[in-house]
Amino acid sequence: MSAAESWTIAGARSALEEKKVSARELASEFYRRIDKRNPELNAYLALSPERAYAQADRVDASIARGEVLPPLAGVPIAVKDVISTRGVRTTCGSKILETYVPPYDATAVERLENAGAVILGKTNCDEFAMGSSNENSAYGLVRNPVAPDRVPGGSSGGSAAVVAAGLAVASLGTDTGGSIRQPGALCGIPAMMPTYGRVSRYGLIAFASSLDKIGPFTTTVADTAAVMSVIAGHDPHDSTSAAVPVPNYSVEIEKPAAGLRIGVPQDYFGEGLDPEVKDKVEAGIALLESLGCKRIPLRMPNTDYATAVYYVIATAEASSNLARYDGVRYGVRVPGSTLIEMYRKTRERGFGPEVKRRIMLGTYVLSAGYYDAYYLRAQKIRSLIAGDFSDAFQKVDAIITPTSPTPAFRIGEKTADPLQMYLADIYTVTGSLAGVPGISVPCGKTRAGLPVGLQIFGPHFREERVLRIARAFEKAGGFTV
Amino acid sequence: MKISREDVLRVAELAYLELTPEEIETYQGQLDGILTYIEKLNELDVSSVEPMAQGLFKQPETTGAADAHPELREDVLCPADVSSAILSQAPDASAPFFRVPKVIER
Repeated sequence: MSAAESWTIAGARSALEEKKVSARELASEFYRRIDKRNPELNAYLALSPERAYAQADRVDASIARGEVLPPLAGVPIAVKDVISTRGVRTTCGSKILETYVPPYDATAVERLENAGAVILGKTNCDEFAMGSSNENSAYGLVRNPVAPDRVPGGSSGGSAAVVAAGLAVASLGTDTGGSIRQPGALCGIPAMMPTYGRVSRYGLIAFASSLDKIGPFTTTVADTAAVMSVIAGHDPHDSTSAAVPVPNYSVEIEKPAAGLRIGVPQDYFGEGLDPEVKDKVEAGIALLESLGCKRIPLRMPNTDYATAVYYVIATAEASSNLARYDGVRYGVRVPGSTLIEMYRKTRERGFGPEVKRRIMLGTYVLSAGYYDAYYLRAQKIRSLIAGDFSDAFQKVDAIITPTSPTPAFRIGEKTADPLQMYLADIYTVTGSLAGVPGISVPCGKTRAGLPVGLQIFGPHFREERVLRIARAFEKAGGFTV
Repeated sequence: MKISREDVLRVAELAYLELTPEEIETYQGQLDGILTYIEKLNELDVSSVEPMAQGLFKQPETTGAADAHPELREDVLCPADVSSAILSQAPDASAPFFRVPKVIER
């Protein structure tokens, strides 16, 4: 086993079955890689070797007994630090939760472990998942493993970086406005946002509850399907989780993509799109056409309003969700002589600038006299954006767009102007608001060697179709188009 | 300016945030820029549009009949012996309570 060896879920499985490596050796190899590379990348915030080796030993014992292995047996996986892990510190990238150790596991984590996965540790992220560059973490920024002077994207920047750098075979991230797909694009790996309600959010620490989703980062689309098959499905602990049957994604994705109608909305190819990104995505679409997909031009006329709608709705929900951090029940407390003074000092000291900015904006748009003008109006335009998607899916089977208007930007490039940072999400927030599934897959690189992402949206609960197109694209060499 | 210094102070008070003078000034400018951008939402006539308050969706008809989000479960009592695990995370606990500064003046 060499340090440079890249692992997939299928590869790990056959190596374990053929006894070329044990689950313990595999975990220990990944911890060696982490020791070597993480000081530079800052992508892991906490490691959980005790838990990882205990799980690896269970897998090895199962192999020794000749048992049929569960689908993710021995696969080293990382988890974003907004997802609860029993006994493993979970900070949300925030000082206010610096001391928080969850007493229970998120359902997604429990399902991964029940499927044999080995949880290596927790990944860095923008504070409370608020950001597009991972520069808002209270524990320092994350570097893009492809280009260390650049951001990995955000908010799941750590989860993207560890998979892209070979420090985990797969990882979980969360996506509220693009926080899985955009870092996936910027780091050059597949990254999937499932349908709203597809994956249980029990144990996900909430940012914007009508938008938050958990999804995987992997290095291949086959691996995306393998992780999705494990984490998707109804959970009685999450009343928003959907009771919709989960297909076997690993089987579904091998069906050819020929004959599928792919919609290309011109609204995603206008002003602000980097010309090199545009060229690569056009080449990606041409490749899909060569596989027998039928290209259909589309208009999605409300696209341009999505970022404004998103920053009203997401901040309003955040201002409410983050009211719970008051120094009483968990996390850090800054003493005060009165209860209110304690709340105020704790929140002032515990939250970083972006979180405060969003709480302020969300409180403002919900406050008396502004609710109708901002929040209600935004909810109505959210209906129009969702309508753009349902109209499109009358005519097409999937929608193809760029994931991000630019490749990875330089560290510090957008930190001075929050609005410029928010506009990094213009192509991802639309699908978030509509609640549809989407994936970003690698689609070549710019001349400077920076990854470009191609985004595929499908109708609600049709992840298998999104994955099937992504898989056909991957098999045809789309990742290096 | 769409947002005044007084607005910033009022919002900070509502949100229990204690801002420094520098933060007040920075946030006033930044929130003003963001609110100005959000003004584009006024370009659309939404008088006949229903608001989308949540994101729950019916499953596509091709996958079967049932509603994606069936009735809420019954509200039944079940044992939950979790208070010590929860209190162990509190910055200042005195079982079975969380302790906070005095809120009632004598």
